[in-house]
Amino acid sequence: MLISLFITCYNDALFPETGKAVVTVLERLGHAVEFRSAQTCCGQMHYNTGYHPEAVDLLRHFLEVFAGAEVICCPSSSCVSMMRDHYPKMAAESGDPELIRQVQEVLPRVYEFSELLVDKLGITDAGAFYPHQVTFHTSCHGLRSLGLGDKPLQLLRNVRGLTLHELPQADQCCGFGGTFAVKNADVSAAMLSDKTQCILSTKAEICSGGDNSCLMHIGGALSRQRTGVKAVHLAEILAATEKAR
Amino acid sequence: MSVRVGEAAEALPFPEAAKKMVANSQLRRNVRHATDVIRNKRGKVVGEKEDWQELRAAGNAIKRHTLRHLDYYLQQFEENCTKAGGHVHWAKDADEANRIIVDILAKRAEKEVIKVKTMTSDETRLNVALEKAGITPVETDLADMIVQLGEDKPSHIVVPALHRNRMEIREIFLKKMGLETLGYEPQDLAGAARTYLRERFLRVTAGISGANYLVAETGSVCVVESEGNGRMCLSLPDILVTLAGVEKVIPRFEDMEVFLQLLPRSATGERMNPYNSIWTGVTPGDGPREFHVVLMDNGRTKVLADEEARDTLDCIRCGACLNACPVYRQTGGHAYGSVYGGPIGAILTPQLQSMEHSQTLPYASSLCGACYEVCPVKINIPEILIHLRAKVVENGDSPFSERLAMKGAAFAMANAGRLGVAHLFARLGQSVFEKDGKLEDLPGLLGGWTAFRDMSALPDQSFRDWWEKREAGR
Amino acid sequence: MSAREEILGRIRAALPAGRDAVRQAEYAEIDRQYQAAPVLPLEEKIALFRERLEDYNAEVHRCAPAGVAATVAQVLRARGKSGLLIAEGTPGGWLPDGFSFTKDDGQAYKELDRSEGVLTGCAAAIALTGTIVVRHGSEQGRRALSLVPDYHLCVVPLELLVETVPEGLRRMAAMLPAPLTTISGPSATADIEMIRVKGVHGPRTLEVILVG
Repeated sequence: MLISLFITCYNDALFPETGKAVVTVLERLGHAVEFRSAQTCCGQMHYNTGYHPEAVDLLRHFLEVFAGAEVICCPSSSCVSMMRDHYPKMAAESGDPELIRQVQEVLPRVYEFSELLVDKLGITDAGAFYPHQVTFHTSCHGLRSLGLGDKPLQLLRNVRGLTLHELPQADQCCGFGGTFAVKNADVSAAMLSDKTQCILSTKAEICSGGDNSCLMHIGGALSRQRTGVKAVHLAEILAATEKAR
Repeated sequence: MSVRVGEAAEALPFPEAAKKMVANSQLRRNVRHATDVIRNKRGKVVGEKEDWQELRAAGNAIKRHTLRHLDYYLQQFEENCTKAGGHVHWAKDADEANRIIVDILAKRAEKEVIKVKTMTSDETRLNVALEKAGITPVETDLADMIVQLGEDKPSHIVVPALHRNRMEIREIFLKKMGLETLGYEPQDLAGAARTYLRERFLRVTAGISGANYLVAETGSVCVVESEGNGRMCLSLPDILVTLAGVEKVIPRFEDMEVFLQLLPRSATGERMNPYNSIWTGVTPGDGPREFHVVLMDNGRTKVLADEEARDTLDCIRCGACLNACPVYRQTGGHAYGSVYGGPIGAILTPQLQSMEHSQTLPYASSLCGACYEVCPVKINIPEILIHLRAKVVENGDSPFSERLAMKGAAFAMANAGRLGVAHLFARLGQSVFEKDGKLEDLPGLLGGWTAFRDMSALPDQSFRDWWEKREAGR
Repeated sequence: MSAREEILGRIRAALPAGRDAVRQAEYAEIDRQYQAAPVLPLEEKIALFRERLEDYNAEVHRCAPAGVAATVAQVLRARGKSGLLIAEGTPGGWLPDGFSFTKDDGQAYKELDRSEGVLTGCAAAIALTGTIVVRHGSEQGRRALSLVPDYHLCVVPLELLVETVPEGLRRMAAMLPAPLTTISGPSATADIEMIRVKGVHGPRTLEVILVG
């Protein structure tokens, strides 16, 4: 299968390792990956902060770039949720029938990374080796918008050497919320404090997740507090093998 | 028309107010405890109801239908209530509602009035108007009484005094009730409240209430409660005035079969609350001989006119969204600066005021969606929050630096070429703030990030750079 | 323009034209797939009702129709009460000899407050939620009668017991315009540290006699 990678704007600049890991895993599983270099951003930050005309421009650009792609893989629940929850409405509001049609056509082809593996490729064992104590943070978008359920956990359970710890109060938001983290910095920090306490209570050394947005926020606090616990994206764990070590 | 929502127009911006609340450990402990308890209770009784999702769907559908025909149903209610001996008044805004109520009571020279909980009266600041007219309002809901005696403000829709623990309540009672001694157990405190209020229940001849449901078909009113003070205020006085927002009307009596299942489970985690009182106009020999209903707009018709946000008026004031909200959990209700706090407050408060005030409230959310999940009438609060944020931006009310940053980002992300350049500049620019691979003390809005979190510097090579190199090497 | 006209005008301006014609059809189309019809056999329904009442700390007794007076006597003796207030229409057959039952004839509230308690029947009951419905009037008395006294003894004929809330509401609709009170346990509050405290203003003790 030819899988088109939508890296997402922030992974591209801040977490290229996640992108590399996605490519590694998909190629290991025998698939070809393409990267359409004209891609930029899904528009979530602008849309959620209230800058809707700008978000529509980014929507148009996304559709242009990914026209004709068979399968699109996106290692970020929030970006996929942006598309599923809001693109249809944005297109309808534009009144542009072509835009509406393009959105309808592309959406069924977009998969969040764990969705792609479990639902589309039918895989729960990615052939990984990662001998660490790991807990997993399900992002709010992953939990409520995408209904990922325990797909990520299924994948982690089949990683050799990995011990999975259940995260208490897993349904509580970590406090990132995009621009919320800076517009309401104090509340965001208070929410983050609760989340880090839950993570530390598991005694895991690694906190994983499917969204680097949450992980950047969580990892930032884990680092600031010198906890020794690191935040690592799911894809990077699944990319790890004995050889790679 | 002068819409007022309590003191919302003068309130601190949410981030500022929240900062103060977050620093108050006692408050955070109280709020966390209270919301955990109700959330768990709610989870249990909702979990056992197999038709919960069907009830939610029906609740949403009934409310939407009613709003679509609001003029018809309000008139039908007015007709039937009047036929049964009630007097129906219409108030454009808070001031008019207060004036009507004060006039009704002043005409009868009432000096004291017992009140059963109604947030609508907090919205209009009715108590201030009553006191100005020489009429003493006596709050009879235990929590509202705690708030009134403590000269405080309510912080939750259903449990307004949840920010107080028993020690604080005991202090308030000792002082304001003039008691010599008072025990420390909740039972003792409730006992003190009972004695203090009973004397008034049996003596005061005027009562004020809100309404949970106004039934158009029959002209009936329904009040949902737990303590019994509602029953007291509704049936013992000689005159009763009920203040209700126009969105409280429902088409038929039987529609309450849906709401009386949704509300108690969502609000207090019970299968049914202790008391529901349903009355129709005036009944000779039983209860008030004079009964008035004041139907109030105070900005609701503005919300009605905005189709995308109209669902805000579906709200049945259960408070479940407050209990589920991870932001509310950290700040409590006072941070919202409005009688309506939490997720519903964040969308209702600014809209009632035509977005002229409380513009920081739509941003008081991480859009986690927990509120939508628990809302018994399926209000898509996150979507409405985003809709209101777009309004704030459209109205030109967002901070200049933010507008600049957003436009800049949109410009940079218009195509990959520009994005590549932006990466370059970012990598160059960050060197000023970089130390040992981390970025410290970022300026402006981004300072809020680095104040609490370490941030790694941008990697030297973006993903697209790496891909390009890899492809070139093949 | 009156406030009424202004408000109605704003509402009409906010909504599309031609709604009136489709209002009834739209109402009928509301999707109501929630459970309304009962599913429990009789004895299970009664057992559930009893369980819910006992959950609320209401004391529950059961007797045959001919045994009501004797049960009332037993309850009053256990509570050390010499009599109760009753409504004008309370069935004489419920009242045992040897106790004083005073008919409510509009006494002052202070009198009601001083009484040992009140005995009423009910108009309906809902098993799922442990709810008793009082229809105020000559049979069950004015609202103040079952509100002010501190003790409420309620006789619930089991033929009035339904299972679901929709069943209950539909019965209640036929009782209008009489004032109605639904009682689901004695009064309570959880306003102090979320600890449920029973007994604030309504009767602090509710006792129930199931008949049938």
